[in-house]
Amino acid sequence: MKLRRSFLIAVPYTWLLIFFLVPFGIVLKISFSDIALAIPPYTPTLKDGFWQMLSGLDLENYAFIGAGAVFALFAVVVISIAMFQIVYPRVRRALIPDARYGVFDSAAAALTTLAVALVNVALIVAVLGLLFPALKAFVDIPDFLYFAAYLSSLKIAIISTFLTLLIGYPIAYAMARAAEHWRPTLLMLVILPFWTSFLIRVYAWIGILSTEGYLNQFLLGVGIIGEPLAILNTPIAVYIGIVYTYLPFMVLPIYAALDKMDDSLVEAAEDLGCTALSAFWLVTAPLSKPGVIAGCFLVFIPTLGEFVIPSLLGGSNTVMIGKVLWEEFFNNRDWPVASAVAVILLLILIIPIVLFQRNQQEADQ
Amino acid sequence: MAQPKPNKVFAPWDDPDAKPIIQFKNVTKRFGDFTAIDNLTLDIYPQEFFALLGPSGCGKTTLMRMLGGFETPTEGTILLDGVDIGPVPPNERPVNMMFQSYALFPHLSVWDNIAFGLKRSNMPKDQIGERVERMLKLTQLGKFAKRKPHQISGGQRQRVALARSLAKAPKLLLLDEPLGALDKKLRNETQFELMDIQETTGTTFVIVTHDQEEAMTVASRVAVMVDGNLAQVATPDQIYEAPSSTYVADFIGDVNIIEGVVDLPDAEVPDGAVSIRWSPTEAPIIAMMDTALPTASACHFAIRPEKVSISTEKPEAKNVMSGKILDIAYLGNISTYHVEVAPGLIIKAQATNVRRLSRRNLTWDDHVYLSWTDTAGVVLTE
Ligand SMILES: Nc1ncnc2c1ncn2[C@@H]1O[C@H](COP(=O)(O)OP(=O)(O)OP(=O)(O)O)[C@@H](O)[C@H]1O
Ligand SMILES: [Mg+2]
Repeated sequence: MKLRRSFLIAVPYTWLLIFFLVPFGIVLKISFSDIALAIPPYTPTLKDGFWQMLSGLDLENYAFIGAGAVFALFAVVVISIAMFQIVYPRVRRALIPDARYGVFDSAAAALTTLAVALVNVALIVAVLGLLFPALKAFVDIPDFLYFAAYLSSLKIAIISTFLTLLIGYPIAYAMARAAEHWRPTLLMLVILPFWTSFLIRVYAWIGILSTEGYLNQFLLGVGIIGEPLAILNTPIAVYIGIVYTYLPFMVLPIYAALDKMDDSLVEAAEDLGCTALSAFWLVTAPLSKPGVIAGCFLVFIPTLGEFVIPSLLGGSNTVMIGKVLWEEFFNNRDWPVASAVAVILLLILIIPIVLFQRNQQEADQ
Repeated sequence: MAQPKPNKVFAPWDDPDAKPIIQFKNVTKRFGDFTAIDNLTLDIYPQEFFALLGPSGCGKTTLMRMLGGFETPTEGTILLDGVDIGPVPPNERPVNMMFQSYALFPHLSVWDNIAFGLKRSNMPKDQIGERVERMLKLTQLGKFAKRKPHQISGGQRQRVALARSLAKAPKLLLLDEPLGALDKKLRNETQFELMDIQETTGTTFVIVTHDQEEAMTVASRVAVMVDGNLAQVATPDQIYEAPSSTYVADFIGDVNIIEGVVDLPDAEVPDGAVSIRWSPTEAPIIAMMDTALPTASACHFAIRPEKVSISTEKPEAKNVMSGKILDIAYLGNISTYHVEVAPGLIIKAQATNVRRLSRRNLTWDDHVYLSWTDTAGVVLTE
């Protein structure tokens, strides 16, 4: 019985694991290779013999794209978070001796902890820099393009996650407050865009946002603007595209959290003296937090590596790592560097994915 | 049953000068085309312990929710201290409610749940702490103060909900089945605790309960509701001894109801009494009654099992019936005998078990006599 069940679980997961690990292994191997004018366009390959191939691998590509700096930044972030998690409970206990605390006390504790953590991390970095001068070379960035692309992706992902939350929360809230018999319809309307191809929908935005597009025609026609707005091929178009595309991923988990909430909780809060607004902040908002966090990660994680939206809507001056990857691979035919970029992207994504998992586990309890 | 104190009787409902704290005036509440509360008029007086009793779905919670401000009456008005509270939002009413579903905040600890209402008031912080500690002690929850609601048992949750609604010491406290999930001992303790709180704070309580014994114990008055209306509002002893209808008599406690018609007055029937013919062959039932009933009108005679005595020899009494024991329910301190006095008519009689089981002389299929006085039962026309 037990054997059968583990077999049942093992089969699909082995399948998934193989189809994750094998391509990843291939990409990893390519990322250690050198570019070559050949088919495939890198060297060494298996044709040279296994041991010969292994000895030909090196970290050149990683050095080239500034992986050391990315890695150092990554380490700093991880250490800071760990530091925060260790210090925060202690600071809070020291500042707030019993259960009687308010939002401001918690915020004060958090800020103190943050300051402590940052100073500590800065000290560690300084000490390491003094002890190992060779580290300077490690974090050196020969071509700033990649590092900038990572940062710019991060920025775009954070801002668009925030915008999606700003728009998604009210939608989810309205859905959860709507009459019972309307909810299935509203839910279907949110999922409706998935019925057409993602690519077609993004192309549709080109038609809407371009200089001669529907939006400009409409605004000109109404007379709000005298000259067409240049939206397409700017970061604004990218934000519009991302928010539009990923909105359902934000709305659905928040809606699920709000829907699960008992209406009488808000009534109880009002009964105990809350206004409608304070009842929202004190009861509804904290109870929808797991949904908000899940939604944010579901938007943030795919947005970070997003390629289609920036390349179709963003034009040449929006740099995102997904787009860089594509150009490296197909335009420059530099498979090794492209693979190195992909591997680093995956490593960066591990942080939010792990945090997301932890949030889901907490919400399940 | 709570015995009224002999020296001073608390009965503002009999006093024409008393000012009610709550007045329902022709209140009707409809959900779509379903009428949950039907043209209900009711006065509740300050410092009352008012119990609402009724079958599931009769509108008890709806009545409470209108007092709390979560439902608005479709028609009619509700006055609190003589002021229409229709436009007053829930957070501004001097009313706290304990929800039937408890509605504890799952993200807050027991301590914070109880302190929630106090923090919204302008009570100083250290007093909040004291007050919460008192409530925790009262409900025996001290050990669980730091736990979250999902980490405690159902009965403990109920106590948290109770403590939370008591904490603000409101003018009017609405308790929707506050003690349902507690075991008997804790329930009794909490009942007395509630009555204590009521006496010390002078808060007016409105309590919904399914447990008639509880209503009898704690309440100054009991309202029996049926289908969105009040069947009877009276003190517990009146409800029990003088129910206004067969419905109320049947709902509260155990009762024998015998259908019959009012017989011709004759010499054997004393003044102020009525004789009820319930069978063509047997002797009529004689019962005292304040108002005269017209001859031949249909009526019901209701009598509690404990007022029927059972014996093997024919006793001297105003009302005597004979029959055969069909069933005996042994309840420890008392036994209930089911006696068939006529085909299809079974009357329950209760006797205290003063002797041990082996020495009792009544058993199945015995021929016995049932008897009662002419004041033991009531004649009901509804
Ligand atoms: N929001 C609502 N919409 C429609 N019908 C409702 C609504 N709330 C209550 N009702 C109906 O009104 C009637 C009275 O409900 P209420 O909750 O007051 O019953 P109750 O006496 O408290 O019952 P219980 O003892 O089971 O708690 C029920 O038949 C219920 O179905
Ligand atoms: Mg109810």
